[in-house]
Amino acid sequence: MPDPVHISGTQEVGWFRRAADYLATGFVALAAVLVIVPLLAIFAYLVLKGVGSINISFLTQTPKPPGEAGGGMANAIVGTGLILAVSSLIGVPLGIGSGIYLAEYGRNRFGDLVRFTADVLNGVPSIVIGIAVYSLVVIPQKHFSAFSGGVALGIMMIPTVARATEEMLLMVPNVVREAAYGLGIPKWRTTLSISLRTASAGVITGCMLAFARVAGETAPLLFTAFGNQFWNLKLNQPTAALSLQVFTYAISPYDDWHKQAWAGALILIVLIVGAVAAVRITTSRGMMKGA
Amino acid sequence: MGVGIEVRGLNAWYGKNQSLNSIDMTVLANHVTAVIGPSGCGKSTFIRCLNRMHETIPEARAEGSVQVGEMDVYGSGSDPVEVRRRIGMVFQKPNPFPTMSIYGNVAAGLKLNGFRNRKQMDELVERSLKLAALWEEVKDDLHKKSGASLSGGQQQRLCIARALAVEPEVLLMDEPASALDPISTSKIEELIFQLKQHYTVVIVTHNMQQAARVAEFTAFFLMGSLIEYDKTEKIFTTPADKRTEDYITGRFG
Amino acid sequence: MSDSVDPMNPTEPLGQLQKPATAIPSMAQVSRERKPAASTVLQKIRASHPRASRIPDAVFAVIILLSAISVFAIVVLVAWELIDKSRMSLHQFGISFFYGHDWDPVAGSFGAMPFIYGTLVSSFLALLLAVPASVGVAVYITEMCPQRLRAIISFLVELLAAIPSVIYGLWGIFVLAPLLREYVEPFLARTLGWTGFFSGPMYGLGMLAAGIIMAIMVVPIIASITREVLTAVPQNQREAVLALGATRWEMIRMGVLRNARIGIVGGIILGLGRALGETMAVTMVIGNRPEVAKSLFAPGYTMASVIANEFTEATGDLYLSALVEIGLALFLVTLIVNALARLLVWSITRGSPGRSHA
Repeated sequence: MPDPVHISGTQEVGWFRRAADYLATGFVALAAVLVIVPLLAIFAYLVLKGVGSINISFLTQTPKPPGEAGGGMANAIVGTGLILAVSSLIGVPLGIGSGIYLAEYGRNRFGDLVRFTADVLNGVPSIVIGIAVYSLVVIPQKHFSAFSGGVALGIMMIPTVARATEEMLLMVPNVVREAAYGLGIPKWRTTLSISLRTASAGVITGCMLAFARVAGETAPLLFTAFGNQFWNLKLNQPTAALSLQVFTYAISPYDDWHKQAWAGALILIVLIVGAVAAVRITTSRGMMKGA
Repeated sequence: MGVGIEVRGLNAWYGKNQSLNSIDMTVLANHVTAVIGPSGCGKSTFIRCLNRMHETIPEARAEGSVQVGEMDVYGSGSDPVEVRRRIGMVFQKPNPFPTMSIYGNVAAGLKLNGFRNRKQMDELVERSLKLAALWEEVKDDLHKKSGASLSGGQQQRLCIARALAVEPEVLLMDEPASALDPISTSKIEELIFQLKQHYTVVIVTHNMQQAARVAEFTAFFLMGSLIEYDKTEKIFTTPADKRTEDYITGRFG
Repeated sequence: MSDSVDPMNPTEPLGQLQKPATAIPSMAQVSRERKPAASTVLQKIRASHPRASRIPDAVFAVIILLSAISVFAIVVLVAWELIDKSRMSLHQFGISFFYGHDWDPVAGSFGAMPFIYGTLVSSFLALLLAVPASVGVAVYITEMCPQRLRAIISFLVELLAAIPSVIYGLWGIFVLAPLLREYVEPFLARTLGWTGFFSGPMYGLGMLAAGIIMAIMVVPIIASITREVLTAVPQNQREAVLALGATRWEMIRMGVLRNARIGIVGGIILGLGRALGETMAVTMVIGNRPEVAKSLFAPGYTMASVIANEFTEATGDLYLSALVEIGLALFLVTLIVNALARLLVWSITRGSPGRSHA
């Protein structure tokens, strides 16, 4: 065995290393600040600039012709609701169904392919989805419609809902399923009434997150729902949506419309944050109950 | 050469729970001292207090006096970084750096301390691997193999080499062989026996036979207190305290 | 996952229930073994025999399978429509579409280079700004943040991801752009104008604004993946570095970041994927001029923006086809980028994506 030689002896930690440590700590804390500041700024501006313009007429009237002051976004608020309803009707069942497949039937190669495909779908830019739905729905229908908007957004909801459903179902212990089978409960019943119900908190979370995500989408609606300055409750006609309206107003040259854009944005963000907050509250409560 | 360790009034806490009660102990230089005791007795906490690793856990703190050679570990001017360089540690589960080669692993501590001279580093790496009885097995693959590609026993010896590369004066080992197979274990024990020529070794072990095999002195801990500390032979044949005797004879723990 | 078993009629008595799930015969097997005549089946169904569950089970399985196939079908349909509707443009321009500098709908010439340039530059700028910030905030949250602040800060960072693109754009137009125009751009022009990247008229709106907005939007993605991979690094790695005598930053650098770097790269690439497809916020602040300019103050145009702006006003089939071709290019590029990112992140977290333990 060789003799170790104490080369370093009693050196102190160099000033350079200490300085690097302080600098790094500072930089990292700065990064945290730099990231939080825009967030707070955005929320602050939304409230400051938007609150003033939210009043009864804003919430109940349709837009006035450009240049004229006044009017509101009532049709856009309702339109958003309409489009989101259609999208949920499409996205939630297909998403949950796919999630059930992946968790209960698809632990195989094809399941991997489906999972991969869902990820691909998740990454497709929303505007590209808009093009595809335009081509698939709008062209045959020969007009823009709330329905096509709902289809586009529904498609975008599927991957999020599917992934949440799969994850939640996989967390249900197998012994629960086997207990059900042992009692003579058929698989379809077990999956729906037992596994899915156990996983329901998480699945609902997934649905609401997907909902919150698509509620703010604008790009795919540009050439599907298209927007509308007037009331529309029919599914096969162009419909206004909050996100579209905010966009149109923001890029317009009219000051009054700018103010209304902030107001519309504020309502939109309240809707979205509300959904996310509801998710947090229900999941924490759900966990207390013990899924 | 190794140095002695003088511990006076060492107390340690995890949050509100006290895990060490006023430990007084003198560890002799260039000897192997084993620390034994049942689970939860504070033996790991004890050695982690020697190199100020204990305080890296959130809410954990230690107070008291630990003198390693002329270094006052908990003194007001003491820098934990320097303390940890001069007191090496080997952990229970071998933890080589998976993203680095064998050479990289051993040289890691050197790079941290500002070594740039390639030739010096090569020499030190070779010396450390020889000290850890690993050189012959890896000398051809120093840069090719990653630290994690070795067997469990080899990984642990790599960790020992890594610890030795920065030239500590004391080597702390926290159950170094408990995750290894018997052959690797005996290799490590042989190694410890050799290492004491140059270092002071404190080894925590739950295996009493191991303590008897490698250590000249043994300390028995129970519920955070040092119960008995004496020559290994004495502890295992004629222990002074009844509790020591009960543990040795397997009545508990 | 075993298919349904009929416990009322096991192939052996009670022993069946004690066997592990895999020993239970598959549904198909069982039905093959005992296939009564049609009328008997009906009789038994009517008698509410548990075996009646076989048909609902099959129906259910088919419905579920169809949902899964629908995901597949949708992606295939999307790809198909993009290819189909861009055929005209593909045929007309071929590969020159992608390096042509001229986007002149009136003259009928369509070159997509300005948009490709705009997309690449804005995304690159966004990453340049976002990567240090996101990795920094992730390191802060996982390694340095006091326990009490951790939940709040990580929640705030996630909230950034919830803000819709159009609201970023709104804020960009009315808050960021004036800020850039009044303070930041003059400052940059004074100090770094000599580089050529910060010269020319200062509108506020332009490539720089787009890059900054996109950076903010991409930070939560990179930060959350980075946090995941940093947390996945085992504690013993950190201890190993500390025990050698390392400062905290050295411990983070050698013991944590080093181990997590593959995953971090994956997160960055995922962020790139998002940036490439970003539409609304960019459209609102980038100025929408199909030009290739060196200065970041100049307006630009991205692939997603030109589609957003011109799609509904496209006169003529060729125009529309050209826009769809841009959409197709965008689709393919994001496909590759996202696949690459997922591969890298999977190799670290080892399992299906999204299985986060944050």
